[in-house]
Amino acid sequence: MHIMEGYLPIQWCIFWYVLSGIVWVYAIIQLKKILSEKPEVKPLLAISGAYMFILSSLKMPSVTGSCSHPCGNGLGAVLFGPAVTAVLASIVLLFQALLLAHGGITTLGANTFSMGVVGPFFGYLTYKALKGKINSTYAVGLAAVISDWMTYVTTSIQLTLAFPGDNPLHTFLAFATVFAVTQVPLAIAEGLLTMVIWDKLKELRPDLLLKLGVIDESEVPNVSVVTEGGE
Amino acid sequence: MNTKHIVILLIVAALMVFPLLFVKGEYGGADDQAEEVIKEIDPQYHPWFHPIWEPPSGEIESLLFALQAAIGAIIIGYYIGYFRAKASQ
Repeated sequence: MHIMEGYLPIQWCIFWYVLSGIVWVYAIIQLKKILSEKPEVKPLLAISGAYMFILSSLKMPSVTGSCSHPCGNGLGAVLFGPAVTAVLASIVLLFQALLLAHGGITTLGANTFSMGVVGPFFGYLTYKALKGKINSTYAVGLAAVISDWMTYVTTSIQLTLAFPGDNPLHTFLAFATVFAVTQVPLAIAEGLLTMVIWDKLKELRPDLLLKLGVIDESEVPNVSVVTEGGE
Repeated sequence: MNTKHIVILLIVAALMVFPLLFVKGEYGGADDQAEEVIKEIDPQYHPWFHPIWEPPSGEIESLLFALQAAIGAIIIGYYIGYFRAKASQ
C-alpha cells in the first residue's frame, strides 16, 4: 500500500496531505480527550500502535506470486476509532519512509489516508454493525479483514486518480490486481491474527475493553467494572 | 494459548505456505509492481522526489525490518506480561 516516494504528482501529494491533516488535527483532540478521561487505556493505545509496527513489517507471500504486508490497522480502529488509528499509522509510515525507503515523505499524506483513515473507517463500521450480534472476537476478525483490504483498495483508487490513463476503469483494474487481489489471503491472515490478540486482551483486561465501550457486559459476565461516572 | 488459537495460527501458516508451494512467482513486492504499472500507463512520468536515505543493501533493509517488528513485539510482550502479572496478584 506504500505509494513510493515521488510517485504521486505534487498536486495529489498536497491533496492527500490536506485530507490527512484534517484527520490528524481531529485525532489529536480525541487523543487528548481519551487520555485525560481514561488514562488507564494507555497500554491499549501502545499495543495498537505496536501491533501495526509488527504487522506492517511482515512481507508475506500471496497467491499472485508477489509479496505484500498486512497493516494491523483493524485493532486500533476497533479500540479507538479511525482518527486515532491515523496517528498511529502515520508513525509507522514515517519510520518506514525514513529508514526503509518504503513509501515516502511526499506520499505520507496519501499513505496515511489509505492505511490510517479509509481502511480503519471501514473496519470500524464493520465492527459497529456486528457488535452485540456475534461474539466480539469474530466481529474484530472481520473488521480487521475489511480494514486491511480497504487500505489496499484505497491505494489502487489513489493511484488511478493520479494516473488515470486512457481508460480509468482499466487502469484501476491494473492497480487493483497488483494490490487488492494480492491482499486477499493476507487480509484473512490479519483477521485471524487480530482474533488471537483480541482474545488475549479480552481475557486479561476485559475491564479496559468495557471502559472503551467496545464489548458488552454480557460477553464477560464475571467482570464487575467500577466506572466512576463513565458509561 | 488454547487449542482454538493454535488452530488459528496453523491456518495463518498454511495461508503463507500455500502460495509458495503451488504458485510460481518472483515474490517481489507489490509496491514495486505498482511502479511498473505507472511506468506503463505514463512512460513520461519521472518521480519528482527521491528517498532522502535508502538502506544500502538488502541486508541492512532486513535489519531495519527486523528492528521494526522487534519494537512492536517488545511493547506487546511487555504489556501482556504486565497485565498477566497484575491479574495474578
